[in-house]
Amino acid sequence: MSLRDQLTEIKQKGLADIDSTTDLKKLNEIRVHLLGKKGPITAALRGIKDLPVDERPEVGSYANKIRDAITQAVADHRENLENAVLNKQLAAETIDVTLPGKPVAQGQPHVIQQIIDEFVDLFLGMGYQVLQGPEVESDKYNFEMMNLPKNHPARDMQDTFYLSSEYLMRSQTSPMQARALEKHDFSKGPLKMISPGIVYRRDTDDPTHSHQFHQVEGLVIDRHITMADLKGTLITMAQKIFGDKFDIRLRPSYFPFTEPSVEVDVTCFNCMGKGCDVCKHTGWIEVLGAGMVHPNVLEMAGVDSKVYGGFAFGVGPDRFAMLKYGVDDIRDFYLDDVRFLDQFDKRGI
Amino acid sequence: MRLAYSWLKKYLDLDMPAKDLAEKIERTAVEVDSVTRGDNGLKKIVIGHILSMTTHPDSDHLHICSVDVGEDQPLQIVCGAPNVAAGQKVIVALPNSRIGGNVKIKRSKMRGVESEGMICALDEIGFSKDVVPKEWADGIYVFDDDVPVGEPVYHYLGMDDPIIDLDVTPNRGDMLSILGTVHELAAIYNQHPEIKAPVVNEDPSLRANDEIHATADHQLAKTYKLRVIKGVKIAPSPAWLQITLWNAGVRPINNVVDVTNYILMKYGQPLHSFDQDKIDGDITVRLANQGEKITTLDEEERELSTEDMVIADQKQPIAIAGVMGGFNTQIDDNTKDVVLESAIFDSFHIRKTAQRHVLHSEASQRFERGINPDTVEAAVNEAANMIQQLAGGHIAQGIVTASEYHPELPTIFITAERTNHVLGTDLSLEDIKQIFDRLGFSSESVKDGLNVTIPARRWDIHIEADLFEEVARIYGYDNLPATLPTGRQTIGTLTPTQKIQRASRQILEGLGLTQAISYSLTTEAKASMFLMRDSKLTKLMSPMTQDHSTLRMNILSGLLDDVAYNHAHKVDDVALYETGRVFYKDSDDQVRPEEVEHIAGVLTGNLTDPSWNNHVSPVDFYQLKGIVDQFITNLGVNGAITYTSTDRYPEMHPGRTADIAVHGHYVGFIGQVHPKIAKQFKIKQTYAFELNMQTLIDLPKTDDQYQAISKYPSVKRDISLLVDTSVSNDQVVELMNKRGGAFLHDIQLFDVYEGKNVPNGKKSMAYSLVYVNPRETLKDEVVTAAFEKVKKHLTDELNAEIR
Repeated sequence: MSLRDQLTEIKQKGLADIDSTTDLKKLNEIRVHLLGKKGPITAALRGIKDLPVDERPEVGSYANKIRDAITQAVADHRENLENAVLNKQLAAETIDVTLPGKPVAQGQPHVIQQIIDEFVDLFLGMGYQVLQGPEVESDKYNFEMMNLPKNHPARDMQDTFYLSSEYLMRSQTSPMQARALEKHDFSKGPLKMISPGIVYRRDTDDPTHSHQFHQVEGLVIDRHITMADLKGTLITMAQKIFGDKFDIRLRPSYFPFTEPSVEVDVTCFNCMGKGCDVCKHTGWIEVLGAGMVHPNVLEMAGVDSKVYGGFAFGVGPDRFAMLKYGVDDIRDFYLDDVRFLDQFDKRGI
Repeated sequence: MRLAYSWLKKYLDLDMPAKDLAEKIERTAVEVDSVTRGDNGLKKIVIGHILSMTTHPDSDHLHICSVDVGEDQPLQIVCGAPNVAAGQKVIVALPNSRIGGNVKIKRSKMRGVESEGMICALDEIGFSKDVVPKEWADGIYVFDDDVPVGEPVYHYLGMDDPIIDLDVTPNRGDMLSILGTVHELAAIYNQHPEIKAPVVNEDPSLRANDEIHATADHQLAKTYKLRVIKGVKIAPSPAWLQITLWNAGVRPINNVVDVTNYILMKYGQPLHSFDQDKIDGDITVRLANQGEKITTLDEEERELSTEDMVIADQKQPIAIAGVMGGFNTQIDDNTKDVVLESAIFDSFHIRKTAQRHVLHSEASQRFERGINPDTVEAAVNEAANMIQQLAGGHIAQGIVTASEYHPELPTIFITAERTNHVLGTDLSLEDIKQIFDRLGFSSESVKDGLNVTIPARRWDIHIEADLFEEVARIYGYDNLPATLPTGRQTIGTLTPTQKIQRASRQILEGLGLTQAISYSLTTEAKASMFLMRDSKLTKLMSPMTQDHSTLRMNILSGLLDDVAYNHAHKVDDVALYETGRVFYKDSDDQVRPEEVEHIAGVLTGNLTDPSWNNHVSPVDFYQLKGIVDQFITNLGVNGAITYTSTDRYPEMHPGRTADIAVHGHYVGFIGQVHPKIAKQFKIKQTYAFELNMQTLIDLPKTDDQYQAISKYPSVKRDISLLVDTSVSNDQVVELMNKRGGAFLHDIQLFDVYEGKNVPNGKKSMAYSLVYVNPRETLKDEVVTAAFEKVKKHLTDELNAEIR
């Protein structure tokens, strides 16, 4: 048998041995045996010196190829064997991924807070400042400065919690209009503010009335602010808070501190304007009151109504939340039932 | 205000469905409460003629009637009404009909006798009992004889007339009348209705001024006018008038009272009719004397005060002016001579009286909101004329006038430029003038504007802004452009305080507490709990209930109410916080309380839900302390947070409560709610904290400043001590910090143990001390020297046994 044939035989047998091995240790033994100094290839190569000189390089190179092929075969097979071991281990480690995750503690903002924060963020983006005022208010700011002099029919002692003849629990956030107007320096720019807060009414609590609820007041005063600006602002508000498909409409109304005064309806959440029981088949739901600030309010706060003017609006976040989430009892907001509060955990809005 | 569509159509050319008309009113003038029709939901109800009637053999009150309903055969109907009689034309609900309250009428047997339908009373087909005439209140309704048998009844009862119910805003008192609404609709639809002045057919042989004399305080009654009609015959009003009234929501009474109510609805001018024979001498409009009494039409005796206005004769009050007439001078079946009053009473007094006596009538409502001075006389004239037509008699010549008032009509200057400036429109002066023409306001062009004269019927309009509103609503709010304010830029940012407030909520939520909002008004007892400083109570003058009578001086009591509510609903695990105001007063003389922003939280049960791999243990002091500590740390308040054991809060566990201070400033407390208080609130073991948020906001803050992390390894040494139980962790840590040397970086308590293998009165505490030198690798002997020094001081100063 020629040297070349010997080498070929070594290769064929070697590869077959490698292939049939299922054990890493055994594989290593085969490798050491085949490629080692005492192995068959080394032994065969010793016979090269007996060959004619011109044949030596060719057989030498053939022997190296066989050595490489076996090295490669061992490496490949090792990887296969190792993978098989790992796969077996991984298979043994399989878990039930449908078991529940470990509970973590995460609180939620109150649903009304979420609505207020939405308003705040929207109006901050439009360049408004946020003002907060006292919940115990004077009659002067709550009523008189809002163009509701004593004995005005629209101010009913019955509706307001008084602490004395002079002080009361504010029945609206509108006094913040007067407070803001008094403090504002118009030489520094227009007044654009919103003021969220708690208000109080002398009501008996029932599904649609609460003696405590929230309002967000808005006020924009400058040299040239129009009712069209009010309309545009409210449309922006409706679309940013509820969605692009929402529209608004204005209806005449009456508030002592605005003239003209309007009620603002927004497209019904429930039917998107088609008409349903929620909107009494009008397609619209009343959500807020607004208007152009009454000249008396400006003048009483020391602002020249011939030069400055603008709009104001007042929104009830409680009502917004009731409409938006289908809550049918306003008292639910103040009972703090954990099962109620924790439902409002979608922060992606 | 209930508007019958048919009444409006007498003046205006309207052919749109009532719903559309209502929508237009709502979009242009005032809110509409509802649009209804009396025949809504009714079916197969017709006029029947009772041909004959026999008594029911098995009943002492039922009758068997044979009723012609326009079909081939009369129906046999059993009827129990006391006033049923043969020959009557009545309301018949046919078999398979539907009557009021969605009730179905079927063929049935009544005590063995077949009844093919039902003869109905008005309230049975949906009429409110408040508007059914007394005559028909206890029995079936009987038509006049001229109605067609077999026809549906609706038209003959006014039930096919759509009723638009307006919710009139306080400024639009002018729309509390048919004529006021007609003027408004005329402007909206650009029509020119003809409103005729009434003609009075006076009897020259009678002179009103000879019949009665009247005086009036002009402050109380700007206008006070009387007419006298002699020799009337009181009877029920004709059907058309009764229908008109009940559709307006008013109960028909008799032909005189009904006329006054009809005029009230038409003109918005309340009238009152007195029986002249019952008046003793001259009458006068004055304030009541204190304690004076009057029995009003509703037969209630009322004690009057000096703020009530009355109409009085020489002896006594005969009416509470503008609110309700007196029982003693009312029109009755025998009244012959009628005195009709048409006046304008002072709105303030009327409002106060209506409130005081809880007497809110159609009349008082209108006097409160205003009366058209232009039609005081027209109203009484038309009333006199109608009474004469319906009740006969003679109208005495002339009007007795005790006071009279013709206001000067305001003229307001308006320009197109100002109008567009405010509304954002692009209207020409001509456009604006046309709107005033439609409204019936006369206007005159002067320079670059208009002088607009406001008619007396629109007493709500005084200033330019009022006219802008008129222009805007007639022009149409839908036609206004929508823009955003332009002009100088403003920057919208939260103030530092607002940022801290927002962060405070987010931190606590991240630590597992859900935001609660409870009531600021509470009971006296709850308001005074958990006091962080001395304060007097702030109470409401007239609370609705004692539960909400006092302003809170703490937030916790509200949160404990919340815990109780949750426990009562089988929710044991509660983790809530609330931020809001508390109200403090230094003395009882102080009226306006100081408002201080607080933040408080409660924990009870488990903070996380138990689960297959979450083996929870109930919350304790240290769990809440961890939350509060993290909270204050995240707020970035400068200085160390210290906890000092305290028993000064009666509502807190005396051994498990600590005052919290930051950099030596008291900010609040933390601990376990006293078991007695927990029992009182019906709550389980609860841990709580309350902090003065304002103090936390005001205290100086540390900014984040990056500290390079040491490149050299740290060295950790553990130490286990046996100390007296009275020795606190703070004492140990303080000593370690003081004596720990320059490289002591961190101290961690990793075990506390009392009990078995530890002598009585002692406890074992184990700490890890971490040493770091930021500049070089620490040498072992340096650490050892420092560690030994700490050990020595612990032994010397705290009598610790090192183990």
